[in-house]
Amino acid sequence: MAVGVFAAVLLACFYGDFPIPAGDVVQSLLGQGTSSTDFVVIQLRLPRALCAVAVGAALGASGAAFQALTRNPLGSPDIIGFTSGAATGALLQILVVGGTALAVSAGALVGGLASALIVYLLAMGRGAVGYRLVLVGIGLNALLWAVNSYLLITADLDDALSAQVWIVGSLNGRSWDQLWPVVGVCVLCLPLLMIAARPLGLLEMGDDAAKALGVHADRTRIVIVILAVALAAAAVATAGPIAFVALAAPQLAKRLTGSVAVGVLPAALMGAFVLVTSDFVAQRLFAPVQLPVGIATGCIGGLYLIWLLLSEWKKGRG
Amino acid sequence: MSAQRSDDFGPQDAGQLGRLRADGVTIGYDARVISSGLSVQIPDNEFTVIIGPNACGKSTLLRALARMLAPSAGSILLDGQTISSYPSKEVARRLGLLPQSSVAPDGITVADLVARGRYPHQRLLRQWSRNDEEIVAGALAATNVADLADRSVDELSGGQRQRVWLAMALAQQTPILLLDEPTTYLDIAHQIEMLDLCADLHAEQNRTLVAVLHDLNHACRYATHLIAMRAGQVLAEGKPADIVTAELVGDVFGLACRIIDDPETGTPLIIPLAKGALRTPDLHHPDAPPAVPTEQGA
Repeated sequence: MAVGVFAAVLLACFYGDFPIPAGDVVQSLLGQGTSSTDFVVIQLRLPRALCAVAVGAALGASGAAFQALTRNPLGSPDIIGFTSGAATGALLQILVVGGTALAVSAGALVGGLASALIVYLLAMGRGAVGYRLVLVGIGLNALLWAVNSYLLITADLDDALSAQVWIVGSLNGRSWDQLWPVVGVCVLCLPLLMIAARPLGLLEMGDDAAKALGVHADRTRIVIVILAVALAAAAVATAGPIAFVALAAPQLAKRLTGSVAVGVLPAALMGAFVLVTSDFVAQRLFAPVQLPVGIATGCIGGLYLIWLLLSEWKKGRG
Repeated sequence: MSAQRSDDFGPQDAGQLGRLRADGVTIGYDARVISSGLSVQIPDNEFTVIIGPNACGKSTLLRALARMLAPSAGSILLDGQTISSYPSKEVARRLGLLPQSSVAPDGITVADLVARGRYPHQRLLRQWSRNDEEIVAGALAATNVADLADRSVDELSGGQRQRVWLAMALAQQTPILLLDEPTTYLDIAHQIEMLDLCADLHAEQNRTLVAVLHDLNHACRYATHLIAMRAGQVLAEGKPADIVTAELVGDVFGLACRIIDDPETGTPLIIPLAKGALRTPDLHHPDAPPAVPTEQGA
């Protein structure tokens, strides 16, 4: 999968609206290109592709953590309101405060954590797990989208337009400046999440069985929620609430690796791969129109969601 | 009410007291207190069985002993220290629990599930070793599920599944093993199979076993130490042959019965008294009360 991600990034560097011979791209990547190819490859294509990698990895990992936590393939942050919460936070920043990119990121982070906290508190009873969390989250998700729509309608037209593009989820024109925050969060949170998620497979057996094996059930859950929300919020802050990557990537990775548990690392790699290729396809398929990647993932993800609901329903759990 | 205490505690690690005990604990769920001021010794290297009527607090006590439930007063002591003062993994290396219900993750194989019992022995940098491999194989063999190792847990029968969960607890390699109603939901043959397995674990590996059982006759047959509870308190404890009397069964369960010797094992066997109308006229027992008048025409 890592190879797939690498190949997809290279592909995204080699092809674009502005045709550049492969040899020149290689020279640019190696730091020996001309200034014009350097600009296209190093300043436009590479950061965009790497951005897709980081955002996809963050979404995939976050999705894997939440799905394992809720023991439900529907329990991903884009379904249970965390990404829409992050979007609300970011929208408030864009439309009301009108802050910088960094402020928007902070807004998304605060919004994501706040909605996670609300869902957790509302769903909490005897151990906030499973369906309660998913159902409460879906409710909050609907509510937050209503708030988001309201914010957009009442906003100034120009602001609303840029906010709307952002809300669909797009990697258009992402530069190095926007890349670093999300990479930072990934570098910090991904390894921590991988460590924290080790006992997650044990929690799937029920709290008693996990505790009997020496797992701190509640502490594990809280640490994972914080890390996973931070990852999802960082991704949303960078590229907008890109639909369905967090939902689909862990399940795809699970099927591909043939493992029982949803692994954080495979899901992160799969998320990166899905997003880079989706972005590439969205760019190239309708070139020169630059479709936001969120539309591509939304189309694929929507079909996947229908299939998932049907198969869950057949199993008698949906 | 008889409150006999067995003096036969076996070899001691922590002075005169067993490694695991409850010291004046008050336990319950939320505001509902189930036991208060309860003190119980779990004798080392014995197969202790806790019995009592429904809702008498026997499972609650077991859950408290397994630190699933924190007492609101008093303390659970493991090797002389409050159990909550140990790191969670350290407790998991000394004390295992077979919970009443566990969920096997979708599609997990028997071998993978049992391997999870090694979790408390693993560290971040020292994950899976040859030693772990051997212990898992041993646990699979001890519970007769070695030939199921590559099967998915979902496709097993109830009896097989319970043996697999026991294998996972065995792989944890704890000197003390607690079992919460290990025979519930099993048919009679699998109940006996499960209990035979527990008895072997106790006899051959010298583990301290504590089980909550519903069936009094099973308890009398397999326990080397019996704890009888009612309304959150211990009414009697000791060897089944020493403490089980018709009077005790009456006190604990409110059941009128006779006690005879189990023809197989010599342990007490509880025979509930029949209501008069149900009794077969030909089967008069010498010490049974007279049956209903039997003047049917013949």
